[in-house]
Amino acid sequence: MTVMAEGPPRETAAAGGPPLLEARGVTRVLPGIVPTTLVHDVDLIIGANELVAITGPSGSGKSSLLYLLGLLDLPTAGEVLIRGQATAAMSEEERAHTRLATLGFVFQFHFLLPEFSVLANVTLPMRALGALPPKAMRDRAMELLGALGLADHAGKRPDQLSGGQRQRVAVARALANDPPLVLADEPTGSLDSQASEQVFEILRDLVRARGKTVIAVTHDLEIARRMDRRIALMDGAVVGDTIRETS
Amino acid sequence: MNLVLDVALTHVRARARQTLVAVAGVATGVGFSIMMAALLQGSQEDFIRQLVNAMPHVAVSDERRAPPPQPAEEVYDAARIHGLKPEARRRGIKNPLATMASIEAWVPGAVAPSVKVQGILRYASRDVATSIVGIDPNREPLVSELPKQIRQGSLGALYTATNALILGDRLAEKIGARLGSKLTVQTSDGIRLTAQVVGLFRSGVRQVDDTTAYALVKTGQILAGQTGLVNELRLRLDDALAAPAAAARIERETGYKSVAWQEASEDLLNAFVVRNVIMYTVVGAILLVASFGTYNIISTITHEKARDIAIMKSLGLPERTVRRIFVLEAGVIGVVGALFGFVLGYALCVAVGSIEITNPFTDVTHIPISWSPRHYAMAAAVAVVSSLVAGLLPARRAARVHPVEIIRGAT
Ligand SMILES: Nc1ncnc2c1ncn2[C@@H]1O[C@H](COP(=O)(O)OP(=O)(O)O)[C@@H](O)[C@H]1O
Ligand SMILES: [Mg+2]
Repeated sequence: MTVMAEGPPRETAAAGGPPLLEARGVTRVLPGIVPTTLVHDVDLIIGANELVAITGPSGSGKSSLLYLLGLLDLPTAGEVLIRGQATAAMSEEERAHTRLATLGFVFQFHFLLPEFSVLANVTLPMRALGALPPKAMRDRAMELLGALGLADHAGKRPDQLSGGQRQRVAVARALANDPPLVLADEPTGSLDSQASEQVFEILRDLVRARGKTVIAVTHDLEIARRMDRRIALMDGAVVGDTIRETS
Repeated sequence: MNLVLDVALTHVRARARQTLVAVAGVATGVGFSIMMAALLQGSQEDFIRQLVNAMPHVAVSDERRAPPPQPAEEVYDAARIHGLKPEARRRGIKNPLATMASIEAWVPGAVAPSVKVQGILRYASRDVATSIVGIDPNREPLVSELPKQIRQGSLGALYTATNALILGDRLAEKIGARLGSKLTVQTSDGIRLTAQVVGLFRSGVRQVDDTTAYALVKTGQILAGQTGLVNELRLRLDDALAAPAAAARIERETGYKSVAWQEASEDLLNAFVVRNVIMYTVVGAILLVASFGTYNIISTITHEKARDIAIMKSLGLPERTVRRIFVLEAGVIGVVGALFGFVLGYALCVAVGSIEITNPFTDVTHIPISWSPRHYAMAAAVAVVSSLVAGLLPARRAARVHPVEIIRGAT
């Protein structure tokens, strides 16, 4: 399955300007009687048009790092920069707006709103951003759903879909505002191998055909091997950052 | 549709039964508040109407509020004269006919004169202290309810005999007088004349019926020993509420103490203030209790929808938007509750207003109900505002939910 070509042409890795995403000494400590370090002193630079896997054993802090990179959580030390812009000092509202406009999330569980149709779920981020007229939002949502093979399911409720279909709706929703960066936390973790493969191909095509950057947490080494770059975590710290040789 | 409204309505619709309970709570509060306000104000208006009918709207007496200034005080600022006994003045309103004419010229209403004399009625060797009020039978019906209070005889009968009297029924009973009885009236100044009973009245106010006798102005003047004396002018205005303004103007123009019914019944009106405070407190409490239902359901929804809130926040909806969703849900409950409450309140007013009450002095009447859009607006405003506040508390809590905690919890 391929996603039709659309949006900005493939950008070549950051030429000049600030990187899309940068982590500088990012540390997250959970306060408590015995403070827990979830993420320890992570430095990362991720540019445009990258397909990045974050790997590591369970409990190594992959999700925690992704939440920090996605501005869902705040580091206790260090700084996450988006296109060179520091985010720690942003107000809650600015941070929310940055998420809305530049980030798309896909979680292990689809996290769709159960009472809304597939179409309504996909248009929700567009309506929150309010940059398009309603008709254009609908058209764009239908186009995304069509590209992900879900055109016939637009009017259904999420619970009428299969797991793989729901995860694809979640991808469509993540793309709603055409963000340059998509973050996925074990997006295939709850799917069978065939659906996993399909979702993986979709994410890969976002990079190949749409010029997006995708950062996906996965413990599926087979899938990780097929990504362009792999960042390995252990006890909250980066222990490996390898770029696949393009054949 | 607006996103906030869309999500809010979806939440509310998905919980139709719970929402209905909350709406019913608000509606009941609003309905009963409206009924209570209508009932309390209705009875108050009814009472005031009766009060206003029973007394002159403005009473102009021959007194002055301040003793007349001494001439020396008028001329010299520094002059102050102490210990003077006010000069004995000739009683009565000077030039009563001219004064009446000047008031009648501008006042929207009617004026009638009266002469009040204290005397003793003697009949069959029984003596009773009595207020003899000299009136003008032609003008009296314009300013008082006396014609309606006559039980035997008539107001016009005052003209049919020399020194004719209309007695309070209880007064007549006390001395054993009947229609046609001849009795003696005597004043402290030693004036004495023979009078005849030509009528009986009953005002329903015991003190009046016990001690009052009506006569012609002329008879009153004879008893007072002063021809042309009028010591009170009574006014009835087209609009009773205009009484204080009219009283003030009359006092300014004539110098005579003019008392509006509001001033005369100040204590009573103050009692209504207390009553209104009680009413607003109770109405407020009812609506506050109703808003607990709203608080309850919004709290429940925010708990049930914690996951959805986390999703929306993770997508990038700001706290403000999330908060608005739940405040709006509370607002919807408040507004819908208020609308149903209007219907309920109206129905309750109709039902209560159709209850009949009987009272020995009047014909069969209904429980007085005041129909005022103000009651509806007030109840709705309190209901909607308290619903919004009730929603705001859980909404703020919900908006602060940390999405990571919930997303982790689900994983
Ligand atoms: N709220 C929390 N309280 C205590 N420990 C936590 C909390 N959240 C995460 N952890 C711990 O932090 C570590 C990192 O978690 P996580 O980032 O979810 O790892 P991964 O996604 O790689 O499995 C784990 O050991 C986890 O148990
Ligand atoms: Mg994880």
